[in-house]
Amino acid sequence: MNSISLKNIRYKYPLTDHYALDGVSFDFEEGKFYGIIGPNGSGKSTICNLMKGLIPSFYLGDLEGTVEVQGKPVDEWEPEKLCTKVGYIFQNPFTQISGIRDTVFEEIAIGLENLGIDKEQMIQKAEEITKRIGIYDLIEKNPNELSGGQRQRVAFASILAMDTDIYVIDEPTSQLDPDGTESVFKIIRSLKEQKKTVILVEHKIELMAKYADEIIVLKDGKIIKSGPAREVLSDYDLVNKKVAVPQTVLFGHEMERAGKSLGKLPITIDEAEVCVRERMRGEQL
Amino acid sequence: MSIELQHVHFRYPDGTLANEDLNLVIHEGERIAIVGQNGAGKTTAVKLMNGLHKPTEGEVIINGINTRNKSTAQISGMVGYVFQNPDDQIFKNTVRDEVEFWSRYNKLDEKEIQSRAEWAAKLCDIEKYLDINPYEIPYSTKKFVSIAAVLTARNPYLILDEPTAGQDVAGVECLSKLLHYMEQDGKSVITITHDMEFVADNFKRVVVMAHGHIIADGTPAEIFAEESILSEAKIKKPQICELSTRLGLGNIMKIETLVNKL
Ligand SMILES: Nc1ncnc2c1ncn2[C@@H]1O[C@H](COP(=O)(O)OP(=O)(O)OP(=O)(O)O)[C@@H](O)[C@H]1O
Ligand SMILES: Nc1ncnc2c1ncn2[C@@H]1O[C@H](COP(=O)(O)OP(=O)(O)O)[C@@H](O)[C@H]1O
Ligand SMILES: [Mg+2]
Ligand SMILES: [Mg+2]
Repeated sequence: MNSISLKNIRYKYPLTDHYALDGVSFDFEEGKFYGIIGPNGSGKSTICNLMKGLIPSFYLGDLEGTVEVQGKPVDEWEPEKLCTKVGYIFQNPFTQISGIRDTVFEEIAIGLENLGIDKEQMIQKAEEITKRIGIYDLIEKNPNELSGGQRQRVAFASILAMDTDIYVIDEPTSQLDPDGTESVFKIIRSLKEQKKTVILVEHKIELMAKYADEIIVLKDGKIIKSGPAREVLSDYDLVNKKVAVPQTVLFGHEMERAGKSLGKLPITIDEAEVCVRERMRGEQL
Repeated sequence: MSIELQHVHFRYPDGTLANEDLNLVIHEGERIAIVGQNGAGKTTAVKLMNGLHKPTEGEVIINGINTRNKSTAQISGMVGYVFQNPDDQIFKNTVRDEVEFWSRYNKLDEKEIQSRAEWAAKLCDIEKYLDINPYEIPYSTKKFVSIAAVLTARNPYLILDEPTAGQDVAGVECLSKLLHYMEQDGKSVITITHDMEFVADNFKRVVVMAHGHIIADGTPAEIFAEESILSEAKIKKPQICELSTRLGLGNIMKIETLVNKL
């Protein structure tokens, strides 16, 4: 079964005269990690809003086409039920935190309380997740008195705690240090290993290349390319379209231009290292 | 002329010691990056530089003036600060009002108000948003609105707190251009960022923070060569630098240099 299907979506936000999404169809299969990339304004967050039913229930506007979650149109889901299936992280980390709880622990526990999980289990779960995401020491702190990156970690932790089948995550690492960013990607990979479906919007293209199964490239409200990460990201044409590609792809391209082709455009450092070593060996022979 | 931190400590009311014994001199016209782990104390440190915080111990001296005896308004006339979260800063109903706010508040004449607003909007590439409510535009663009608003004050020192967060290729290019422009104009820009590629491409001086301390101050090549600094500050080398290290070619920052070496 598909986790989420978008069928011929066209959508305009209220009072705007252009389509934020213009003819988007895509099936997101269960148990895969999808990366959505593209310039700002291309419609990435709009896709996230659709998957969570925020369009058209919160954002009005003109919507054509259908969104199905686990085979059922999104508007036929009861909102409380949908929340237990799709975990959603907003783009702006500063708005995700409720601001009504006094400690980081309580902030993470809100969702669990709503699910009716007992206290003991809740404490155990919050402990496990905060350790994993590097905020265990902050558990007693007021969530409004945290650094930017610490807040973003709390937001991520509270959604993880919900243990949904599907995660829709919009730029979860924008305020994170490089180490924290990589741990978020590792956690997402482990979600996938638990057969969860992850749809992640991110600009950190090097990590998308390393961890995502499939990449979808959006531009001006349209999907301009999609497929396995290696296939999509090794297309140099993306550079002309102002879509970020890994530095190793740019490097591979420059090697080619200098007459030192690596045979392919490497999308990760590991790949690049292998290519360069092979080339050096070839030269020595 | 400089910003000077002398044995600066800062403690938040809840008891968190966020900065410990910071010592730093930033000269007028200098361009520096501040990097380091989440919670290292970067935002706290720059808020001390523009008078939003006063040190619990030690002195902060801006162009010879100690911030201790001055109001935030007096200091912010010299040091402009663009908040990490644009929503902490933006409060007007249109982008235009936001970008004109400083000039109006300071009673500049109408012509000057317009010319500063246009200039700042152009530098930040937000001209097409001028008549829109800032709350309707995405986070990454909003960041440029908050930068433009601070630019209009034309302070000798400008602090950007995480301007690269959430930016696409065009946004990062726009920031590079802005840094270049400000340098030509003799202005100092202090940029906090987690984007190491941006650091390698745009800065010659990098200050590294961890656990409330400054743990290093040097060129990107010097910083990225020290594994102990990288692991303590939870930062990583840019890809090209990592690749050249693995190939035994040292810490190369630029793609062209690496291509030429191979
Ligand atoms: N208002 C506050 N009250 C209490 N503690 C705070 C407050 N703001 C920040 N802190 C704490 O001070 C320390 C430094 O925070 P600061 O915001 O300076 O970090 P930062 O280096 O800017 O991090 P980031 O990269 O996540 O933005 C952290 O431990 C944080 O939890
Ligand atoms: N709340 C909104 N009201 C009006 N237009 C919006 C709103 N949110 C996004 N848009 C517009 O929809 C388009 C897609 O935006 P968005 O989905 O936020 O892109 P991305 O996440 O890729 O940056 C853009 O043209 C943007 O200006
Ligand atoms: Mg977005
Ligand atoms: Mg900060």
